[in-house]
Amino acid sequence: MSETEMDKQVKSGLTQESSRRPGIAGRSALAAFPVTLPVMAGYLFLGVSYGIYCHSLGLAWFYPVVIASCVYAGSAEFVLANFLLGGFQPLSVFIMIFVINARHLFYGLSMLEKFAGLGWKRLYLIFGMTDETFSINYAVAPPEGTDRGWFMLFITLFNHFYWVAGAGIGWLVGDMLTGQVKGVSFVMTALFVVIFMEQWLKDTNHIPACLGIALTVICIMVFGHEHFVIPAMAAICLLLLILRPVLRNTGKKASASKSSEERK
Amino acid sequence: MSGEQQAVIIALAVAATLLTRAIPFILFPEGRERPQTVLYLGRVLPAAVFGFLVVFCLKDVDFTSGVYGAPEMVSVAVTAALHAAFRNMMISIASGSVLYIVLVNFIMG
Repeated sequence: MSETEMDKQVKSGLTQESSRRPGIAGRSALAAFPVTLPVMAGYLFLGVSYGIYCHSLGLAWFYPVVIASCVYAGSAEFVLANFLLGGFQPLSVFIMIFVINARHLFYGLSMLEKFAGLGWKRLYLIFGMTDETFSINYAVAPPEGTDRGWFMLFITLFNHFYWVAGAGIGWLVGDMLTGQVKGVSFVMTALFVVIFMEQWLKDTNHIPACLGIALTVICIMVFGHEHFVIPAMAAICLLLLILRPVLRNTGKKASASKSSEERK
Repeated sequence: MSGEQQAVIIALAVAATLLTRAIPFILFPEGRERPQTVLYLGRVLPAAVFGFLVVFCLKDVDFTSGVYGAPEMVSVAVTAALHAAFRNMMISIASGSVLYIVLVNFIMG
């Protein structure tokens, strides 16, 4: 092989390598961004509210920013900010935050298969699994030519960024913005309605979807709108388990990898 | 509370949150056979969870007085109907949200 030929090969190998690896990540990022736009609107708004709230409690700027970056769980952060002003109650905080966030247990169970084989990306995907991020990562299929892991990673990263940026901006602007426009946070509700519909239109069996709505409504009526989350989760799990003989084949793909239960 | 105590409280909140997200992955690690019950729940839970989340978002709406939750119900119905018709996330979310903002600020506020 002549030197120039070898040069060419090395060069082409290099360019291939360097264009392929950031290429797939870059393409995945580009594809992920538009999907996160509704979350951008919602998180900036809610994040700003959180920053404003922390400011109103008299906390320094780094509290909302650090808490938004590290805890990264909407309602729990509001509770935490409150706890920081009271006495030192480590056990109460731990239990309270765990209970508020207990619904994440559901998300993990639903994502076991989707996060499989993603290596280090899995760690960040699990850390950043908020209601919105989970819903999008579960419901939106990565487009052709992108990588599933990078696609979900960028969705998670963009959402995380909106939330932290919102919290910082909110602290800065203080209460200048509060009460200007009502109802912006409805984008979050609309996002969940859309994802619910996506799932509904995909499903052949609507019993789980109806159970989710009905049991949650019933639990709100029985337990009140502050204490319904755990009972609702327990009721949903219990009924889905009871109905297993009926729902056994729900959501099953025809692929061979998923057929282990059928064999049983 | 001292600065150190506040740091402890925040660290505990981080740990509690992280646990709720990681427990299923810790209990059922990759590469090991997962119980059929867990796999079954993983398939049927999402639809139920999305229903739960929609209701969760509406938990503070007052259905017994005022405008009886009309702006929320109308906007949710329009968002769902648009999505069933066009299946375009941006159209559904943007239209539903703008409708809601108009309703609560100018019509039923």
